[in-house]
Amino acid sequence: MPGKQFPSFAAAVADIPDGATIAFGGFAMPGTPFNLIAALAEHGARGLTLIANTTGGAQQPRMPDIGMLVERGQVRKVICAFTAATRASDVLPFTKYYESGEVEAELVPQGTLAERLRAAGAGIPAFYTPTAVGTELAEGRETRVIDGREYLLEYALPVDYAFLRARRADTFGNLLFHRSQRNFNPVMATAARIAIAEVEEPILPAGAIDPDAVHTSGIFVHRLVEIPPPPAGLWPQKRQERVRP
Amino acid sequence: MSDVAKGFTRQQMADRIAAEFGDGWIVNLGVGLPTLCSNTDIGDRNIVYHSENGVIGYGAIAAPGEEDLNLVNAGGQNVTLRPGAAVVHHADSFAIIRGGRIDVTVMGAYEVAANGDFANWRIGRGKGGGIGGAMDLAACARRVFLIMEHVTRSGAPRLVPACALPVTARGVVKLVATDLGLFEPAGEGFRVRELAPGVGMDAVRAATGAPLVA
Repeated sequence: MPGKQFPSFAAAVADIPDGATIAFGGFAMPGTPFNLIAALAEHGARGLTLIANTTGGAQQPRMPDIGMLVERGQVRKVICAFTAATRASDVLPFTKYYESGEVEAELVPQGTLAERLRAAGAGIPAFYTPTAVGTELAEGRETRVIDGREYLLEYALPVDYAFLRARRADTFGNLLFHRSQRNFNPVMATAARIAIAEVEEPILPAGAIDPDAVHTSGIFVHRLVEIPPPPAGLWPQKRQERVRP
Repeated sequence: MSDVAKGFTRQQMADRIAAEFGDGWIVNLGVGLPTLCSNTDIGDRNIVYHSENGVIGYGAIAAPGEEDLNLVNAGGQNVTLRPGAAVVHHADSFAIIRGGRIDVTVMGAYEVAANGDFANWRIGRGKGGGIGGAMDLAACARRVFLIMEHVTRSGAPRLVPACALPVTARGVVKLVATDLGLFEPAGEGFRVRELAPGVGMDAVRAATGAPLVA
C-alpha cells in the first residue's frame, strides 16, 4: 500500500482538476484546513464547486477561505449555510461576486448540509427533513406528509475531495480532533472520494492512537500533511472582537 | 433607543428569557443577544448549553489568555467547558436538534408575527442569506424563544401581523423578550406577559404593529 503521508500541501492538492467539487471542514476557526485552502489557491484549479459552513471573510484576522478563492476567479458555485453576512453592516468579500452573477450559490440550512454530506457517505441517496418546510427554500420542491407532519426531500451531497484539519493522525489515516475542531470534518471525510487532512501533531505510527479514541477511521482518509510551525504553517488565531457600534 | 433609563437593557432581556429555563433543560443560544443568556446567573438550576458545532455543556467565555482556540460556541467565541461536557460532530449535533432533544432555542429575529412565524435569515435586499442552524432549530426545538429590539433603528415595529421578510419557520414562536417587555404570539395579536420597568401599555401599543390581546 502506498503511504498516505504527503511532503507538502502543494503535493497533496496537485491532482485536483478544474471543475472539482471540494468540501472544507471548519466552523469559525477550529477545524478549518487553512493550509490546504491556501495550497488550492496557489494550485489554481478553476470552475470549482466549494462546500463549507460559510463563505468566510466576516472575521478578523482574515484566514484562507472560500472568499479568497472566489476573489481569485477559481469558483463556479458555493454551497453554504451562510451566503451573506449575519449583520446588515457587514459585507462579505464574496458578496460582490455573487451579486454580479460571477458565482452561483446554494443556501442550505446547516443541519441539512451536514446530513446531506452524511447521507452521501452512508450510501443514502436522499432523505426527508422537517427543516425549511414552509419557507422560501421549500418553494416548488417535493414534500411528503409522514405521520401527519410535512417533510422536505433533500438529496445526498457527495464530493470529490474533502479538506480536513485534525489534531492527531497515524499513518493509516485514523484521525483525532481536539474540541470543536471536529464539526463537519468527520462527515465530509465520509462524503469524499479523496479526503486530505492537515494534521497539527507529528504523524504517528499506525497503532499509536488508541482505537477507542479514533474519531474518523483511516478508511475515509487518503492523504495526510503535517502542519509546520508558524509562520510556515497556518494556525488558528485569536479572533479580534468587534466593538458594537 | 432613547437615552431615557426605561425598558430592559440587552442583558436584562437575556436575563428575563433565561429566567424561563427549566431545571435540566438543554438550551441552544443563537448568535448576538441570545448569547448573553450564558452570562445570566441561573442559580441552582442545571442548564446544559448546546452549540450547533457539537459542543454540549459549554460554560462562560474563556478568560483572556486562557482561551483554547479550538473551542468555540456558535458565535465563534472561545468558551469553556463545564463538568459533563462532550463534543460530537456536526451530523450528530443536528441529530440532537432534529431529534427533539433541545428544550428551547433562543434566537434573535428581524420580525415576529402574531401567529408565531418569524424571520431572521435575510433582511430583504440583495442575494443570499445567513441561515446557519436557525431553520433546523426553529423547526425541531421543543420551544422557540426570541430576544429582539421592539422596533427597527428607523422606528418600524418588529412585532407585526404577518412577516414581510422570508420566514425561518412558521407558527413556532412561544415567547418574545424585547426592550419593552415580554410577549407571546397569540394568533390575532400579542399577549403582554410583562412590561419592562418604566414602560406603559400605550408606549407598547404605539411600537407594536399587531394588536395587543388579553
